[in-house]
Amino acid sequence: MILSVCVGSSCHLKGSYDVIEAFKKLIAEHAEGKIELRACFCLGRCADGVSVKADDKYILGVNGANAEEKFMGEILPLLG
Amino acid sequence: MENRLFDTAVQELKYKVLKELICAYDKGLDNSIYHDIPIKIMPGPKASLRCCVYKERAILQERLKLAMGGDKTNKNVVEVIDIACDECPVNGVFVTPACRGCITHRCAEVCPKNAITIVDKRCVVDKEKCIECGKCTQACPYNAIILQKRPCVASCKANAISVNADKKAVINNDKCVGCGACVYQCPFGAIADKSYILDALDILKGSENNKKYKVYALIAPAIVAQFNYAKIEQVVSGMKQLGFFDVVETALGADMTLSEEAEELKERGVLTSSCCPSFVKFVEINFPDLKKYVSSTPSPMVMAARLLKTMDPTGKVIFVGPCTSKKFEFQSDAAKEFVDCVISFEELQAFLDARNIDVSTLPETVLDNASYYGRIFARSGGLSEGVAALAEKSGFKAAPIAMSGLEECKKQLLMLKVGRSPYNFFEGMACEGGCVNGALCLHHGPKSLTDVNRYGAEAKEKTVENTVKLFKLAGAVTKEPEPEA
Repeated sequence: MILSVCVGSSCHLKGSYDVIEAFKKLIAEHAEGKIELRACFCLGRCADGVSVKADDKYILGVNGANAEEKFMGEILPLLG
Repeated sequence: MENRLFDTAVQELKYKVLKELICAYDKGLDNSIYHDIPIKIMPGPKASLRCCVYKERAILQERLKLAMGGDKTNKNVVEVIDIACDECPVNGVFVTPACRGCITHRCAEVCPKNAITIVDKRCVVDKEKCIECGKCTQACPYNAIILQKRPCVASCKANAISVNADKKAVINNDKCVGCGACVYQCPFGAIADKSYILDALDILKGSENNKKYKVYALIAPAIVAQFNYAKIEQVVSGMKQLGFFDVVETALGADMTLSEEAEELKERGVLTSSCCPSFVKFVEINFPDLKKYVSSTPSPMVMAARLLKTMDPTGKVIFVGPCTSKKFEFQSDAAKEFVDCVISFEELQAFLDARNIDVSTLPETVLDNASYYGRIFARSGGLSEGVAALAEKSGFKAAPIAMSGLEECKKQLLMLKVGRSPYNFFEGMACEGGCVNGALCLHHGPKSLTDVNRYGAEAKEKTVENTVKLFKLAGAVTKEPEPEA
């Protein structure tokens, strides 16, 4: 799976880098080799940042504090 | 929408041509523009700037040609418009009637070439001997002697401009570093930069509203000092209305350039910066022995564009800046893979106005990609400050010098050449004061510096750390640290 975290201005201000760091750790713990973490500019959902895209699915409103919850609850299950 | 803060009427003329060209593009370009646009700008019947309205229009046709890319056979991004050159007198040193015929003759005493004699109690300069050093003009207590140089020749610190037999300015392409100083300084607007605005328009049009591919604008940090009738956040909104998918700070690339240059300095001991392509060219032409010291790190523009292209390989990147030299840099081997086009702030203003976008009425779109250090690259000394801070962090001492303008660069490089320089890091910027005084800025002035510093301070990131992580994550790092042997 390709997991893209928006690093555009709006998401950056809302803490993209915290989300990336959290995801890096979570991927290493739970999904090593199965998820490729990427950064991208603007997913077009600036008001709902930090915006994340797991393949084609949007996961919105992510931040450093809820990154683990979102990852375990919404992203990991997508791996099937 | 009027009342733009251009510094000069020449900039405004160039702007009008660009604006009309963009309007014509939107309606579908054809050959009638060569006839119609000059008449629209100079309706006559009386001439307002030159001898007659027909000459004014003929010059506007030449400006239009430059706005459409100029002479394709001439590689230089700066060109002389022959018919606009007013053949300014080239008197050199000359004595005005203010000469009092005094008895000390400081002028003659100070002259290193004995070119001054006193005839009938008055100072007379022998043009054959005079080297136009200007010492006599300083020495005369009545300021009676003046050194008259052509503004273009005086502005060119690379000594690339001469005057031909027809008294027209000629640019020597082997010496020209493309800094654009003459473009801004010529009072008749007879030297101008080529525009690639039509290429930018084609790229945007071809994207079909960012559906076929995405178009990113990379904006140079000097932009904060430009649109002083609106907030930068409103300008970003305006650029999105022009069709850009996203607007990204070039300063993000500057963060990375800074980090890599600090590493390079640690390894190599002595280094000059490489972000200003005119400075690099100046070194290559005038100090070939010092070329070995020039950093091999890509410029912030190339660095940021490389990041965008690794993240989005089909995306297109248009750089928007204050600079003529970025217009040749993007066509170089190091950049052409990453940067698709370059336009200036002047051209951006024309583009916005051609589409009737008044940015001062728009909502704000946030802009925040880069760190404090990346943002202050826009002014002289910003890069030095960053390198010094990074060096200290990794336990070595940088002794940086910020060389502002080519004259200062020349002075410091001479010291380096003869091994007498106390510095080890040389930040070179062709424009005095740095990019914030770039030749294609809408306006220039001391306030620009304050704007850049404020913009730097407003960045969320205070260090380049997160930027470096981002480049690593995207796989856009150009130099991996050498593994320890």
